[in-house]
Amino acid sequence: MFAFITSRILQAIPVLLVVGFIAFALFAYVGDPVTIMLGQDYTAAQREELVRALGLDQPFIVQYAKFVWAAVHGNFGLSYRLARPVSQLILERLPATIELAVTAAALALLVGVPMGVYTGIRRNSPTSRLFMVFSLIGVSLPTFLIGILLILFFAVLLGWLPSFGRGDVVHLSHWTTGLLTVSGLKALILPAITLGMFQMTLIMRLVRSEMLEVLRSDYIKFARARGLSERSINFGHALKNTLVPVITIVGLQLGGLVAFSIVTETVFQWPGMGLLLVQSIGVADIPVMSAYLLLVAVLFVAINLIVDLLYYAVDPRLRLDRRSMTGGK
Amino acid sequence: MPLLEVQNLTVEFPTRRGVLRALDGISFDINAGEVLGVVGESGAGKSLTGAAIIGLLEPPGRVAGGQILLNGSRIDNLSRDKLRPIRGKQIGAIFQDPLTTLNPLYSVGRQLVETIQTHLKLSDRDARERAVQWLEEVGIPAARQRIDAYPHEFSGGMRQRVVIALALCAEPRLVIADEPTTALDVSIQAQIIALLRGLTRDHGTSVMLVTHDMGVIAETADRVAVMYAGRIAEIGPVRDVVKHPAHPYTEGLMGSIPSLEHRVERLRQIDGAMPRLTAIPRGCAFNPRCPKVFDRCRNDRPELMEAGVTRAACWLYARGAAHV
Repeated sequence: MFAFITSRILQAIPVLLVVGFIAFALFAYVGDPVTIMLGQDYTAAQREELVRALGLDQPFIVQYAKFVWAAVHGNFGLSYRLARPVSQLILERLPATIELAVTAAALALLVGVPMGVYTGIRRNSPTSRLFMVFSLIGVSLPTFLIGILLILFFAVLLGWLPSFGRGDVVHLSHWTTGLLTVSGLKALILPAITLGMFQMTLIMRLVRSEMLEVLRSDYIKFARARGLSERSINFGHALKNTLVPVITIVGLQLGGLVAFSIVTETVFQWPGMGLLLVQSIGVADIPVMSAYLLLVAVLFVAINLIVDLLYYAVDPRLRLDRRSMTGGK
Repeated sequence: MPLLEVQNLTVEFPTRRGVLRALDGISFDINAGEVLGVVGESGAGKSLTGAAIIGLLEPPGRVAGGQILLNGSRIDNLSRDKLRPIRGKQIGAIFQDPLTTLNPLYSVGRQLVETIQTHLKLSDRDARERAVQWLEEVGIPAARQRIDAYPHEFSGGMRQRVVIALALCAEPRLVIADEPTTALDVSIQAQIIALLRGLTRDHGTSVMLVTHDMGVIAETADRVAVMYAGRIAEIGPVRDVVKHPAHPYTEGLMGSIPSLEHRVERLRQIDGAMPRLTAIPRGCAFNPRCPKVFDRCRNDRPELMEAGVTRAACWLYARGAAHV
């Protein structure tokens, strides 16, 4: 197991180097930081001095190495727009995005999986058909439209929930949380539904189709023939066998939730990383953009590692080599 | 009273192009402790009969007529909840392919314990002890160490032994074994059949052994039912059906089995193929292929009638039909 994790982490290094290279290339080729930093009036001498100070006169490969070295130490430079360290900016925004993404993911899983199981078992019941129609809407409506419709109904027409922002937050050392105040929780509901809707319906449809497949299998038929309870067959034997493909998709989707909460955060003016990114793109704030890019890459690598570990937990067939080495159990 | 009575059982599959009648009025009994072999070509309805008895017909297949009685009470019209205590506890089932009938994600011990506890009030510890006993009984070496192993850690033959343990662990009165050796190596087949025969004899379990292997039937079964195109062609004691087949189809079937006693140049074969369910001929379903066909066979459908020691669905024996 240790060897497996180590090898996975080693495999992740080239991936991150490549992403880092792209992030670095943004610096080098998109816009000219010197021009941006100098403003409109400058002399050639000033320019040359700044170029030297920034190390831009050094060979490309040296610059890249320096960038990687700094990134490894969590240093992504200063934001052009706010003139503050990028790492600090991202750390400030991270809690909001994580709370939103985790809530959306929990919602998607806790609602999506049971709905998938239900529609898989009672294929033709009216409720199942209703769920399927609902899921079609969830899969096909764009996120921003769902967000805007939710705002229209629950914030504008009914006035039940706030339409933007994060409500009151509580500071717990480096972490700001909106989960401890009523207004924070109220503010979380609409964005979480908006962000989680697509994943929820996707998970539901995935679980459903996997359930339909597994319920046809011989071992389910044999379990029925042994008189096991429906509950055990559906939620134990069948659901567990749907998990491997479901984990794969859900893992990737959760990465997507954090990385691409941009739309939802924009619609609800949610003060998270997505909003930061959108604002940064607007003014070509390249350090923020490249740091965000790297962070997303790290996130995906980490989630993939967790997904691989979950495979091991779910499917004993993958543990084969380890077991045979220790000679059975 | 027989343990299981199947009376005039009809199974139909509604399709877009009309209703397919896959089983057409079949009747037979199984007595306590008896082994009934069911043979026939693929598609004759053998497996379907077993599935109908245990209530596991794949939709849209359904019992369209007749009844199934276990200990004299009907089980074909029970709700799913009423049927569940019967499955496993009264009627067990063994399927064809041991590679796919075990849940790959649960250890064999867990599957056994769950099945035992579903039907018997036993503590976790006692159920586990019982599971170990069953694994020993079906001949898994080092059962106590192997009980937490997963199905993929067993060979095909060993898995079929586990399947047999699972089917028998709640001590059912009847076990339906649907081609239990077809997916196994020839060298393992005899062991599994011997194991099944031994265990069911020890526990007084009746067996409905579905197979297309006449050799297995001849060794194992007390009586045999020969199926053809969703009907029973002939039923009787194994010895008589094998030695003196009454129905021309059975005769053809026996003639196609190689034997060490009688050397022949070429095995006999039955010309043609079994009709598809959409095109079962009028009268006797076998009539287009029958070497002894006559007019009546083409128009009237024969029911089972006395034919010496066995009973055959054949007009050749119509003289005895008066009292049937």
